[in-house]
Amino acid sequence: MSVRDLAQAIRSGHESAVAVTQRSLDAIAAQDGEVHAFLDVQAEQALAHAAEIDAAVARGEDPGRLAGIPVALKDNLCQRGEVTSCASKILAGWRPPYDATVVTKLRSAGAIAVGKTNMDEFAMGSSTENSAFGPTLNPRDLSRVPGGSSGGSAAAVAAGMVPLSLGSDTGGSIRQPAALCGVVGVKPTYGLVSRYGLVAFASSLDQIGPFANSVADAAELLEVIAGHDEMDSTSLADPIPQISAHLDDGVDGLKIGLCSDLLNGCDEEVVASVRHAAETLAGQGAEIVDIAIPELGFGLSAYYLLAPAEASSNLARYDGVRFGNRVDGDDVTAMNTATRTQGFGDEVKRRIMLGTYALSAGYYDAYYGQAQRVRTMIINAFAAAYGKVDLLLGATAPTTAFPVGDKVDDPMAMYLSDICTIPTNLAGHPAMSVPFATGADGLPIGVQLLGPGMSEERLFAAAHVLEKGARA
Amino acid sequence: MANLARLELTEAEVTRFTEQLASILGHAADVAALDVHELAPTAHPFGLTNVLRVDELRPSTDREEVLSQAPKVVDNRFGVPRIVGEAP
Repeated sequence: MSVRDLAQAIRSGHESAVAVTQRSLDAIAAQDGEVHAFLDVQAEQALAHAAEIDAAVARGEDPGRLAGIPVALKDNLCQRGEVTSCASKILAGWRPPYDATVVTKLRSAGAIAVGKTNMDEFAMGSSTENSAFGPTLNPRDLSRVPGGSSGGSAAAVAAGMVPLSLGSDTGGSIRQPAALCGVVGVKPTYGLVSRYGLVAFASSLDQIGPFANSVADAAELLEVIAGHDEMDSTSLADPIPQISAHLDDGVDGLKIGLCSDLLNGCDEEVVASVRHAAETLAGQGAEIVDIAIPELGFGLSAYYLLAPAEASSNLARYDGVRFGNRVDGDDVTAMNTATRTQGFGDEVKRRIMLGTYALSAGYYDAYYGQAQRVRTMIINAFAAAYGKVDLLLGATAPTTAFPVGDKVDDPMAMYLSDICTIPTNLAGHPAMSVPFATGADGLPIGVQLLGPGMSEERLFAAAHVLEKGARA
Repeated sequence: MANLARLELTEAEVTRFTEQLASILGHAADVAALDVHELAPTAHPFGLTNVLRVDELRPSTDREEVLSQAPKVVDNRFGVPRIVGEAP
């Protein structure tokens, strides 16, 4: 049943929010011992909230368009009074004194927060193996990773524990796990969704977005969380796209670029799936054109200078003074150092050092400054491409879900799993992954649609066409 | 770098991280080699400038709730190891 139909059943009193929430909690209890999608399950609070929703319906009130729908939240989204750790020891047990704007919006729409999901520490990783609290496993095959960094949110939806979840995407952290778990994942236009209350990783790239079982469900969630917020000065003032209303617009007359640079390094079966997706779109009236954007090939390198630079600055706040955990030292510097040394995991340390290096005197121009100029080059290349086509099509991830442990000792190999998703973040554009085929190993393959800033209506309409033609 | 970032590394970590970071920076050499000096650097995808709000009083985050999450609190303040010596 679609999220809209389920919410409608609850809003009209035909279904109870408590029963729906209990089913979600039961599914979590049954499967999460193995999958480990959740770091914290808020069973009591969720059932109490669901009872309020049912009571509101009984009084004749409308609790909102997501009434009684269980939603899981990535553990980097602040929820007042609920543990928010970013899967890091340094924040273990921290209870934020405020709600993220997306949390407030979900509550206003009647959605039920059921728990916080596992992730790579501070969203740094592509497999959810960098969690300080143990990895999440792919519910489609427990020997495989779910992707990352929002692996817990992707796995929770893929396993049927919740119909919707939120993640964050800095270089692919929603789309890549969506592809590897076989669900829909959306990275919205930068600034469409407020980042207030999202624990910062790389502020000029981070964006919150939905995971769902279908394109329509993802649209429901995105429309609820989108919109201008004065608490986030990078939030856009543009009107919220009317995504659901345009979902059936189709692709007739659209020009879609099949981008060879978003297929580089991908397995043959992934490339074949993207080509099948292009045929599906062509079959519904889209004009498919081959397009090369060689500048995108520099995205990965630029990203791995820019994102760590921003992270090294953002993570300076974990100094053992105002929040989180402290390891004592004789003076302030010793306390700061001991706290950070014991509190951060290896990948976070690597990125902080890399960023510190890229920003240091003598290297700033050669690394950080240069990467910022390359970012401009990539933005210009996208702009030129979108002068010729309406949307771009490519792979989401180069392979299906890889085995647990496969890439943990080789950071560069791990980084390469985001090669097709990173360019979008540099440009601030929207992109989404739609499950489209199944690999030889029986695991899902996602294809990626990309569009220019604020093109969500067109993007989702095309994704809806792909979904109907999926060979998964 | 580790000192600047307030991190302490063991000898083994220094060896491992140096190798891994060299590999990542090696990959970044392609970016360093590009001639992009004529392009302006991008810090924000849509070039937003300053955003101002009306200067008016509004409730802020609850002090007790904030302090309840601090590792150490002294007289309604964040407590840290002594920074300056005793007054003479």
